[in-house]
Amino acid sequence: MSKTTRSEMAPWPLVMLIAAPLPLGLLDGAAIYWPQAPAVALCYAVSLLCLLLRGLTRTPRTEAALLFLGVASACLSPFLLLADGVDPSSGAGTWMYLFGASLLLWRVLALLAEETGLLRWLGPTLFGLGLLMGWEIITRGFAVPSVLLPPPSSILAAIPTHGGELWDDFCQTVLKSVVRGYLIGCGAGFVVAVLADRLPFLARGLLPLGNLASAIPVVGIAPVMVMWFGFDWQSKAAVIVIMTFFPMLINTLAGLATAEKIQLDLMRSYGAGYGKTLWLLRLPCALPFLFNGLKINSTLALIGAIVAEFFGTPVVGMGFRISTEVARMNLDVVWATITVAAVTGSALYGGLALAERRLTAWHPSFRKR
Amino acid sequence: MQAPLPPVPPPQTVPPAAIARTIVDARNVTLTYQTADKPVYALSDVSLKINKGDFISLIGPSGCGKTTLMRTIADLEQPTSGEIIVNGMTPEAARLKRAYGYVFQAPALYPWRSVERNVTLPLEIMGMPAAERQQRARDHLEMVGLAGFEKKFPWQLSGGMQQRVSIARALAFEPDLLLMDEPFGALDEITRDHLNLQLTRLWLQTQKTCIFVTHSIAEAVFLSTRIVVMSPRPGKILDVIDCEQHLPRERTLDIRETPEFAHIAQRVREGLMEGHSYDD
Repeated sequence: MSKTTRSEMAPWPLVMLIAAPLPLGLLDGAAIYWPQAPAVALCYAVSLLCLLLRGLTRTPRTEAALLFLGVASACLSPFLLLADGVDPSSGAGTWMYLFGASLLLWRVLALLAEETGLLRWLGPTLFGLGLLMGWEIITRGFAVPSVLLPPPSSILAAIPTHGGELWDDFCQTVLKSVVRGYLIGCGAGFVVAVLADRLPFLARGLLPLGNLASAIPVVGIAPVMVMWFGFDWQSKAAVIVIMTFFPMLINTLAGLATAEKIQLDLMRSYGAGYGKTLWLLRLPCALPFLFNGLKINSTLALIGAIVAEFFGTPVVGMGFRISTEVARMNLDVVWATITVAAVTGSALYGGLALAERRLTAWHPSFRKR
Repeated sequence: MQAPLPPVPPPQTVPPAAIARTIVDARNVTLTYQTADKPVYALSDVSLKINKGDFISLIGPSGCGKTTLMRTIADLEQPTSGEIIVNGMTPEAARLKRAYGYVFQAPALYPWRSVERNVTLPLEIMGMPAAERQQRARDHLEMVGLAGFEKKFPWQLSGGMQQRVSIARALAFEPDLLLMDEPFGALDEITRDHLNLQLTRLWLQTQKTCIFVTHSIAEAVFLSTRIVVMSPRPGKILDVIDCEQHLPRERTLDIRETPEFAHIAQRVREGLMEGHSYDD
């Protein structure tokens, strides 16, 4: 990476200079200023120094590292104030300083956007951490009631303290309901699509039903499934099967139709029968569509299981946990469960996306990599 | 190239002499498509005999049925009436016995398979053991001048190279008959000349029978032992020109400058103009 390509920085982070004459917050009802909080003033000095010394750096990487130090010390300051018992919510100086720091983070991210190799993940990681830090600072700085929105740190703290419950919920919802429902739903959708492709009357009969099924609200079908299949995972799996069957069916059918006539003629000229044509030509052609269906369904399955658990479950499961802990105002547990669900969903989706990239590397949308 | 096989008794219905010589025999072939408003006569009473070792070009304006005739020989279309015999069998039996290799207008390579595995595709379908498949693919890729490209993917190759892969694929299972439907139509002139030269060498080397569809008079004259001139609406054969009387079997690009070449080209052009109605 050449140092000559570095773009100029807009001077906006200098808005943190406006913070100098402004109050930092209230201590026992009285406004306090920078001299009364030497530790915070030191952070401020570090940030300004980083800004000033920026011109001395020679590569984007060192500039990013230096400016990141400035951002980090700005992030530290509200916590120092809170530790001293200062209420920063009305401290215009503090917020102006942080505003300047977030503009500085922007510059850091812009510098890192050029990175390649392993370092290219640094930008997105810092972006995510920046959002979490903003959440933490705002909820704690303004003392947002944790019933409304707990800071990420207390959500994180709730995960180990409620680890046992969360693990049991994970086993019940993900390992029992989601995995089984997903496999049955996607598998059945795939098999029926292959059959429907062979028997056109089946496709013509099923596709209108597919539109109908995709319009069924999960909150409507879930209580019925609980009545049919009982409280345990079977009813959740049934809801998931209903939600995932048609997306898979429709995607598989569309995928099987993508083989070109000339490619089919080629197989015919080799005297290849239905099975060999399916296996060697039509399924590989359909792979991008199959993955599309699988990815859509991975998120649908998790949503389906959690919503279905609201309508009756043994006393375990993510949906059950959310509904009961909301009622008890234990919002940190609710948020911890939401976090586990979000991470699980992302992991499923990410795993499928990786597999897709490996198996369909030939597809025009991936070729350039 | 081929291991000596024990003599196989020929099918009873056709006399042995005919099998040895005639590889494609089309008799009064007619093919009509039913479209929404009126029937389209793609082929009308076409009769053609093609001998073993021939290089036949089908030439004619667009829509004259040359591709249709070839697809009928390949059992990719069924004639409405008339009869075709390929290698002493019906086209369907010949197709199921993999009697021909078909090279399409586009390379039709499978993008998820490497060049080598594209060439081994027909061999896999035939159930050949893996080691032998690989050897065959390497031999035939070398034959079309693509040694060293085995592990590449089709989309990493130029159009001309892709078409050569598809020719290697058609040759790989060593069919007696090679059907080529405007294989170089989408390529530039220089590449086309180069591939024409390679193709005529390949044909001499392998002793295959080739049927070649083209729009280009020069290409047809350069490659063929016989040129079949066709006319549209309805598709029928106007003229069959024997080039072997005038041109040697082994050819270089220079022969295109000879008077014999010009003479045959002139005859093809006359045939095409006769059959072509410019008034509509």
